[in-house]
Amino acid sequence: MDNLLPKKVWATAALWFMVALYGIPVLWFLLSSFKPAGELFSYPLTIFPKHPTISGFTEAWTSFDFSRYFGNTLIVAVSATLITIVTSATCGYALAKYTNWWLRAFTICILATTMLPGEVILSPLFLIVRDLGLYNSLAGVVAPSVITATGTFMFRQFFLSVPRDLLEAARIDGSGELSSFIRIMLPLSRPIIMTLAIMSFQWRWNDYIWPLVILNDPKEFTLQIGVASIVGAENVNWSVLLGASVLSMIPLVVIYLIFQKYVMNADLSAGLKE
Amino acid sequence: MVDSIPRAAGRAEDTPDRSGPRRWPRRRSRRGHRYTLVPLLLISSNLALFLLFFVWPAVIGVGYSFTSYTGVGSAPFVGLDNYQRLLNDDAFYAALIRSLIFTAAVVPLTFVAALSAAVLLVSPHSRGKPIARVVFFVPWLISPIIAGVIWRWIFGENFGLVNYVIMALGGEAVPWQSNGNLSLAIVIIASAWGNTAINMLMFVPAIKNVPAAYYEAASLDGAGSWAKFRHITLPSIAPTSFIVILLSTLGAMKEYALFQAVNGGGPGTENNLLIQYIFTTGFRRAQVGYASAASFVLMLLLMVIAVVQLVINRRKDS
Repeated sequence: MDNLLPKKVWATAALWFMVALYGIPVLWFLLSSFKPAGELFSYPLTIFPKHPTISGFTEAWTSFDFSRYFGNTLIVAVSATLITIVTSATCGYALAKYTNWWLRAFTICILATTMLPGEVILSPLFLIVRDLGLYNSLAGVVAPSVITATGTFMFRQFFLSVPRDLLEAARIDGSGELSSFIRIMLPLSRPIIMTLAIMSFQWRWNDYIWPLVILNDPKEFTLQIGVASIVGAENVNWSVLLGASVLSMIPLVVIYLIFQKYVMNADLSAGLKE
Repeated sequence: MVDSIPRAAGRAEDTPDRSGPRRWPRRRSRRGHRYTLVPLLLISSNLALFLLFFVWPAVIGVGYSFTSYTGVGSAPFVGLDNYQRLLNDDAFYAALIRSLIFTAAVVPLTFVAALSAAVLLVSPHSRGKPIARVVFFVPWLISPIIAGVIWRWIFGENFGLVNYVIMALGGEAVPWQSNGNLSLAIVIIASAWGNTAINMLMFVPAIKNVPAAYYEAASLDGAGSWAKFRHITLPSIAPTSFIVILLSTLGAMKEYALFQAVNGGGPGTENNLLIQYIFTTGFRRAQVGYASAASFVLMLLLMVIAVVQLVINRRKDS
C-alpha cells in the first residue's frame, strides 16, 4: 500500500509537466499580445505586461479588413459544416444499413480519400474548380472540402450500432426508407452530428492552403490568409500579428468551450480501424 | 442522449473489430438487397463530390503530368519528359528528403506525446485531469498558421523567450531562424504540439477499453506499472496505434502552413517541403504539367507508405 503515494505523485507531476509544455507557449503568446509594441522587445523580458494595452488588437482590426475576413471565414466554415453533416450522415447511413456490391466499393473509395489528401492533387483540383467558374469565390473554397472520410465513417459506425429491429419495425409500419432515416435515425445520431459539426468547423476555420490557392481578391480572403500575409511581410509587425492571431482564435475557443464534451467523447478511429 | 456516444462507440467497436473486415456484410439481412434507389440517393451527394473533386482531378492530374501545360491554352504532349526532369531536379530531391526527415521525426514524437497524454488522462493516480484535458486541447484549436506564429515568437532569434532565457543563463543566442536544421526542429516541435490532442483523443477510448481483468491478473503475478504498460496496454491498443501512425505519417508528408508561418520554408529554400515545391512550381511558376508529375510521385509515395504500413500491421497480427 505504501507504493501508492509515490505513484500518485509521479503521475500527477508528469501530467502537470505536460500541461506546462502545452500551455506555456499559448500563455506566453496571450500575455505578449497585451504588451505595447515598445515593450515586446525590451530586455529584460517580463512575464506580465508592465503597461497592458489592447492597441495590438485595435490596430490589427483597423489596419486590415479584419471584419471582412471574419465574415468570409464564418461563411466558409458554417456552410461547409452544414453540407458536410448532410452528406456524411446520408452516406454513412447508406453504407451502414444497405448491402450492395457498389456500396462496398464506395466504402473503400471513401477510405482512399484519407490516403490521398487534397494537397496531393492541388493543381488539377484548382483547374477543375476554376473551370466550374468558382475561382475567387467562397463557394470554390467550400465545395471540394466537404467530403470527409472521418465524418462519413463516424456516421457509418454509429448507424451500424443502431439495432436493425428499429428499422425493420419502421418498415413494417409502412414508413418509407427516407422518412425513417429522417424521422428516426437522424435524431438518434445527434451526438455524432454535434461532434462532426465542431470538428468540421475547426477544419474549415483553420484551412490555409486551399483558400490561398482559390482566393485572389483580398475582399474574399479568409482569416488564415490574412494572418499569413502579416507573417509573410518583409518586416513583421509583431504587435499587429499577435493581436490578429489572438483575435482569429476567439470564435473557435468559444465554440470549443461550449461543446467540449462532444469532442472529448468522440471515438474518431472507430470506423477506420477495420 | 448525450452519453450514448461512448456506449454506442464502444459497442460498435466491439462487433466489427472482433469479427474482422470480411465478415461484416453477414450482419445484414438478405432483405437489404431489395433496395437500390434509396441507398443510391443517400450516397449521391458524396458520390458526386468524390467523382468531381477526387477522381477527376486525379485522372487529369496524371494526364497533365505527360504535358507541358501551363494552366491556359493548349497542353502539348511531352511524354515522360517531366518525370525525367524530376529525376534530375536537385530541388525536388531536397524537398523530398526534407519531407522524409520531417516525417521521421514528427511521427514518433507525436505518437509518444499523444500516448503519454492519454495514459496520464486515463490513469487513476494523476490529479488535475479536467484542467489538463482542456490545456491539451487548446493546440488543436489553433490553426497551423497561428501555431507557427506562436513558436516563431518563442524561438525568435533576437527577441524570443527561449534565447532570452539561454542568454540570461549565460549562453549564446541560438540561430533558430537562420540555421536550417534548427528551423526544421522548431517546426517538428510545433507540429507534434499541434497534433497531440487529436491523436490523444484516439488513444483514450482504446486504453479505456482494455479489460481491467488483464491488469488484475498481471498484478497478481507481480508485474510493475511499466511491465503492464509494455505487455498489456501496448498490445491491446495496437490497432489504434496503427491508425495514429498511418494518419500522422500522411499528415506530416503534406505539411505546408506550419512551415510557412514559422519561417516561410526558410532560411532560403532549405525547408521547402514537397507540398511547397508542388505549390511553387504549379502556381507561382505556372508549370502545371511539371507540378502534376511531382504530385503524382507524391501520390505514389503516400500509397507505398500506406501499403507498407498495412502489410507490417497485418504481419504483426498473424
